[in-house]
Amino acid sequence: MTINNPNFVLMVEGLTVSFDGFKAVNDLSFYVEPNECRVIIGPNGAGKTTVLDLICGRTKATAGSVNFKGQELLKMREDQIVHAGVGRKFQTPSVYEDLSVFENLEISYPKGHNVFGALTFRRDQQVKDRIAEIAETIFLQDLLEEKAAYLSHGQKQWLEIGMLLIQDPELLMLDEPVAGMSVAERKKTAALLNRIIADRSVIVIEHDMGFVADIATRVTVLHQGKTLSEGSMERVQNDPKVIEVYLGH
Amino acid sequence: MSIASHRLFSRNDLIGFAVLAAIIFIVLPLALDTFRLNLFGKYLTYAFVALGLVLCWGAGGILSLGQGVFFGLGGYCMAMFLKLEASSPENTAIQSTPGIPDFMDWNQLSALPWWWEPFHSLTFSIVAVVVVPVFFAFIIGVAMFRRRVGGVYFAIITQAIAAIMTILIIGQQGYTGGVNGITDLRTLKGWDIRTDSAKEILYFVNGILLFACLLAAQYIRKSKLGRILIAMRDQEDRVRFSGYDVADFKIFVFCVGAAFAAIGGAMFTLQVGFMSPSFVGIVPSIEMVIYCAVGGRLSILGAVYGALLVNWAKTTFSESFPELWLFGLGALFIAVVMAFPNGLAGVYAEHVAPRIARLLRRGGVDLPATPDKTPAE
Amino acid sequence: MFSDYSMSELGAIFAMQGFAGLILFSVFVLMALGLAIIFGQMGVINMAHGEFMILGAYVTYITSNVFSDYLPALFSIYFFVAMVLAFIASGLLGMAVEWAMIRHLYKRPLDTLLATWGLSLILQQVYRSVFGAREVGVTIPDWIMGSLPVTDMIEVPINGIFVMVLAVGISAAIYILMYRSSWGKQVRAINQNRVMAGAVGINTEWTDRLTFGIGCGVAGVAGSAFTMIGSTGPTAGQLYIVDTFLVVVFGGAGSLLGTIASAFSISQAQSIMEFFLSGSMAKVLTLLTVVGILMLRPQGLFALKLRK
Repeated sequence: MTINNPNFVLMVEGLTVSFDGFKAVNDLSFYVEPNECRVIIGPNGAGKTTVLDLICGRTKATAGSVNFKGQELLKMREDQIVHAGVGRKFQTPSVYEDLSVFENLEISYPKGHNVFGALTFRRDQQVKDRIAEIAETIFLQDLLEEKAAYLSHGQKQWLEIGMLLIQDPELLMLDEPVAGMSVAERKKTAALLNRIIADRSVIVIEHDMGFVADIATRVTVLHQGKTLSEGSMERVQNDPKVIEVYLGH
Repeated sequence: MSIASHRLFSRNDLIGFAVLAAIIFIVLPLALDTFRLNLFGKYLTYAFVALGLVLCWGAGGILSLGQGVFFGLGGYCMAMFLKLEASSPENTAIQSTPGIPDFMDWNQLSALPWWWEPFHSLTFSIVAVVVVPVFFAFIIGVAMFRRRVGGVYFAIITQAIAAIMTILIIGQQGYTGGVNGITDLRTLKGWDIRTDSAKEILYFVNGILLFACLLAAQYIRKSKLGRILIAMRDQEDRVRFSGYDVADFKIFVFCVGAAFAAIGGAMFTLQVGFMSPSFVGIVPSIEMVIYCAVGGRLSILGAVYGALLVNWAKTTFSESFPELWLFGLGALFIAVVMAFPNGLAGVYAEHVAPRIARLLRRGGVDLPATPDKTPAE
Repeated sequence: MFSDYSMSELGAIFAMQGFAGLILFSVFVLMALGLAIIFGQMGVINMAHGEFMILGAYVTYITSNVFSDYLPALFSIYFFVAMVLAFIASGLLGMAVEWAMIRHLYKRPLDTLLATWGLSLILQQVYRSVFGAREVGVTIPDWIMGSLPVTDMIEVPINGIFVMVLAVGISAAIYILMYRSSWGKQVRAINQNRVMAGAVGINTEWTDRLTFGIGCGVAGVAGSAFTMIGSTGPTAGQLYIVDTFLVVVFGGAGSLLGTIASAFSISQAQSIMEFFLSGSMAKVLTLLTVVGILMLRPQGLFALKLRK
């Protein structure tokens, strides 16, 4: 495997982070192909969210490398990583409660991201059209003027997904996108995700196995910060090591 | 804020600005004698600081307890120019070294320090009034916000900076005038700023500058940058992972706040005729926060009313019941935090505005022909 | 600046200033410990902490007057009574303040800062109305005054040693309370997860009130100690609040050891520089250094790297 293999969008190699001696992620390597939907599963505390934090720059790695299309992400600032094409959704919905749905989406619109640009940003027709288009995708077209604080939990999750979509990232990272949703919302979200993962690479953390089987190209099982098993859903499910970790205690 | 109409001023904003303009430019000058008008002019210089705090603290969530530093730096830059003009060799002939400010002479300095020299130029001084404090704010901002220092830590460190600044000014009295500050300022390019007519003109200059700053603040609030500030206050990480360098925005708004404060400081020096460390330190800096809080930390017009009201109360009380004033001020801090977190603007929006709207509506519906008959039922 | 002194003189200067610094260190530690508990464990910025200290100082002043008027025979030990009373008075006031004000403001640290600043103004005015604007001095029992000669050039004041012993004793007591008692475990549990702590049966309200009270009480004891090295006035507390906050932040909030270490380094730096520079420049340099280091290491000297 050469370092700049064009077949991979993301190459994570030897990734390690230690919090006062505790290695939350320990010498982890994995590779994501274009248009792949990689699902990371694992018991609580396995380091799933920390892996996403490391890739998007929220947590600084102790060692290793994260290569995204030839760029070393570990040396970049969060906003630079975003502009390189990596989008991240948090576990709990984080939207700007004091702003309207429209304004929430507008802030993620990929223009005017420096101080001067933000001061001179104009809300032109192009912006409005794009926001309307995204709002329709995330089922919020009738709520554009609503304050985000008044949305339901599921709607907030959708709004945050919409905020990522408007950036049109090449790699989308979603942390438990269906957690806390009703069955109906879950179905809608699955459909939404299936539509938006079509033309980009996605890393998803999820516990809902039915959902995972539905969307995953490949699955990585994390355990104590290391890869326990990797492969298709079927292979992973039949891996005795995985069964041991999930059912053994 | 609707999608279609995204103008700089909503109708309510326009009315608010117009009312304030009427108060500052018409009502106060007509109602007050020159002495009192000058006093209100002094109060209004604090409104600049409060306005900067609305942007930093109210919108951006950055509470600076060191705004007095910027107010003071602006004021000192102005005072240095005026002091040099007042210290002409003729005026200071009795000193052992004529031509340098009196306090330098008292402190056995025999030459003007090099960094005082450029303040012979009015242009330089006016530029310095804004540039020096903004540069200082920029350094602090870069050092702190790049390292993600925020919230309480930022407040404490800015407070420490205010303390350092005061100690430094007082300690270096040969260069700064020490605890008395720079006093006995007389003329600006030969124009005597102590006369009544000068005070009136300066009051209006001050008012115009304040409105210029209010407009700038309004523009920032209504731009996307204003919304990013609010977004940052609520979900800083989300903004960061939407591709913004959060630190840049904080540095920007902190520098704007410093610039406003500095302009206020310079106008203070001009109107009051001196500048001293007692406007720089911890106590004045935190009092400036209360002007903003009383007006309403989210309201730029509120900042002006807050500064006027608190300072007016301070003058009134400390003239007649000096011991009551500290009780009052202390109670104000507590009340504004516990009972009226949005200050006067919040009280207005919650209690006064709906009533006015109801009255207007009733007037419009019931008595369409005679709107001047106020329905006071 | 060193060239004007001989080596032995320099040694003596460093020893004397170092000792003077130890007294400053003791006051810092006593002030900062209370603040570190309140800020580090509860996340509350108590700007009135200096006024709680001054309350302790005034209690000491009153106690000394009472003893000299009514119990002159016991005057030599009044100080110990005064310290206990100071702890109780400041602690009770602290609990009252927690009940009336602070408990409504958890999770809003900047608001606690403003509200307690208001409280500090009110307390200052109360002191001014009750005790007058002039500073009062406390009569110290003879045995605490005086000094022990160590060499011809170095002698150490007994009151300094006394204050230091006090600081060490109280630090140890607080350490035991916070890290070795079940109560300390409760306080730390609340700090980490208030809702969960409540759910497992910890009386969070009462624990908060007591924590705040103890923090303020320790400030009261600091005030007692303060009377031996400075005179007490209504605004004396305000002079220390920023320094103390810097001590706490510099040490890394939540770390008692860090607080002590940072109090030590700040007080020593200031005291030794004071001899060579003017007092104000020494203070400026010390504060600047601390602020500079904090900009490089905002989490303070002793802070854990935590998983976010």
